[in-house]
Amino acid sequence: MPNKDKIVDVPTVNKIARLCRLDIPEANKENLTNDLNNILGFVAQLDEVNTSNVEPLASVTGHKLPLRSDFVNDGNIEDLVLKNAPENSSGFFVVPKVIE
Amino acid sequence: MNDTSTLKPGHIQGETGIWEMVIGLEIHAQISSKSKLFSGASASFGSEANRNVSLVDAAMPGMLPVINEFCVEQAVKTGLALNAKINNVSVFDRKNYFYADLPQGYQISQFTKPIVGEGEIIVDLDDGEQKTIGIERLHLEQDAGKSLHDQHPTKSYIDLNRTGVALMEIVSKPDIRSPQEAGAYVKKIRSILRYIGACDGNMEEGSLRADCNVSVRKSGEEFGTRCEIKNLNSIRFIIQAIQSEAERQVDILEEGGTIDQETRLFDTSTGETRSMRSKEDAHDYRYFPDPDLLPLKFTESWVQDIKEKLPELPDSLKKRLVKDFGITSYDASILVEEKDYVDFYQQAANGRDGKLTANWMITELFGALKKDNLSFSESPITSENLGELISLISNGTISGKIAKEVFSNMMKSKKSPSEIVKEKGLEQVSDDSEILKLIDQVISDNQEKVNEYLSGKDKLFGFFVGQVMKLSQGKANPGVVNKLLKEKLK
Repeated sequence: MPNKDKIVDVPTVNKIARLCRLDIPEANKENLTNDLNNILGFVAQLDEVNTSNVEPLASVTGHKLPLRSDFVNDGNIEDLVLKNAPENSSGFFVVPKVIE
Repeated sequence: MNDTSTLKPGHIQGETGIWEMVIGLEIHAQISSKSKLFSGASASFGSEANRNVSLVDAAMPGMLPVINEFCVEQAVKTGLALNAKINNVSVFDRKNYFYADLPQGYQISQFTKPIVGEGEIIVDLDDGEQKTIGIERLHLEQDAGKSLHDQHPTKSYIDLNRTGVALMEIVSKPDIRSPQEAGAYVKKIRSILRYIGACDGNMEEGSLRADCNVSVRKSGEEFGTRCEIKNLNSIRFIIQAIQSEAERQVDILEEGGTIDQETRLFDTSTGETRSMRSKEDAHDYRYFPDPDLLPLKFTESWVQDIKEKLPELPDSLKKRLVKDFGITSYDASILVEEKDYVDFYQQAANGRDGKLTANWMITELFGALKKDNLSFSESPITSENLGELISLISNGTISGKIAKEVFSNMMKSKKSPSEIVKEKGLEQVSDDSEILKLIDQVISDNQEKVNEYLSGKDKLFGFFVGQVMKLSQGKANPGVVNKLLKEKLK
């Protein structure tokens, strides 16, 4: 059984926030850590059930993955695609410089 | 440094002994579909910026991905061609990371349950040896968009046309031991993909690119720490990058250092790799099953249908060429490298001397195309015309020497060889009486040499043959010239 009380700590919250590009005020971090631990602790109750012989459930509806045929029926909507971009130029999105 | 000339490819002579390379490749092959993996936008190359983008690709809220059946079929087809296990149930996962050309904030890929599992291929090495390389897996995933960094001093320009285009990632096992083997492996994969039509294999346009995982070790030791060199788009660069990266690692290890597991870029101008300075979290992708997509399932009979429709693959075709046309296994392996080569060869050699045709195609035609900087599809010489040339040589109408002249004329004029032979009067002269006239002329012009020959200077025989051939402007049948000269100079 995993420790339900302390699954995440503040450094973990910091890491997740960085990965998600979220700016979390210092004052909120303690609360957020508690919230996350509560949520994860709640979900961790599932660990009490033996699921070793149970297939993962992907859908409760029994639907199958729909497939489409390979033809072009979309695109040619640059204006629409760029409409919400804060900046664009000659058909490109323009963003602050990102370079490896 | 010791003498490295006797080192095997993939070995590096260090101060402390010989190091061996361990290499694994991840090949990204763009599927030759008309539309994208999860949207109906065009997957074509070279369109206006953001023209081939749907609201799904742009990751607008509420848009749902719907998978392209053709792409699934190509992945299964490729899996079968790689002698690999096909997984009738596979799952799509989200690989989360932020980058300006990835509007979703995640790439849809397959992590724990790929569509294709383990397989293997046989690669042909330059020394004629063959080697089996294991395939770890093949999975389907989306390509990212394109960022242009050189349009503006402080901004990047983003084109999402490539966003969501279907890729197959083919992961090898770490079975590769030299840059040359890596090159041969990529060649073989590319050849198979082209045969089955799953990917056009065009490395210049980026339809096929490779990430190389490289580590070094002393023979028999455990694998060392590896570095990944990203996004190599030519076989030459793959070979260069692996060699230079392995040498870099040996230098570090021999100075007592350790290798940091990291992602590196190959700088084509320096021929060296450099660190991408990625953040520590770069590889924390937080994969989880994509809730927008149900597991991909298909029946065994659907897989069987695809299997039955597979075209003949390079390995089996190679065996058949050796058997049917009597050519060497080495020549056959060159001819099966490209589907176009084999088709051309089979047309040209049909009903003719297979060995002679292979020689002319590999040595003369490939050589001439390379010299003129032409691709194979641009060849001025058709398979019919090369075949006709082979017939003219085989039936004695022209000599091998004249054939070369006709051939270079064919390269320039695109005319058929019989047309050229007729126009220029190049038919081989085999008629005894005509050749005897030439021989008499040569003998009377070179009386002194004839005397020397008759007094025992045998070596001069070649000189007389040469003179007769020259007098005939190369048209005399050398066999007949030899025979008649011998009789005449008794």
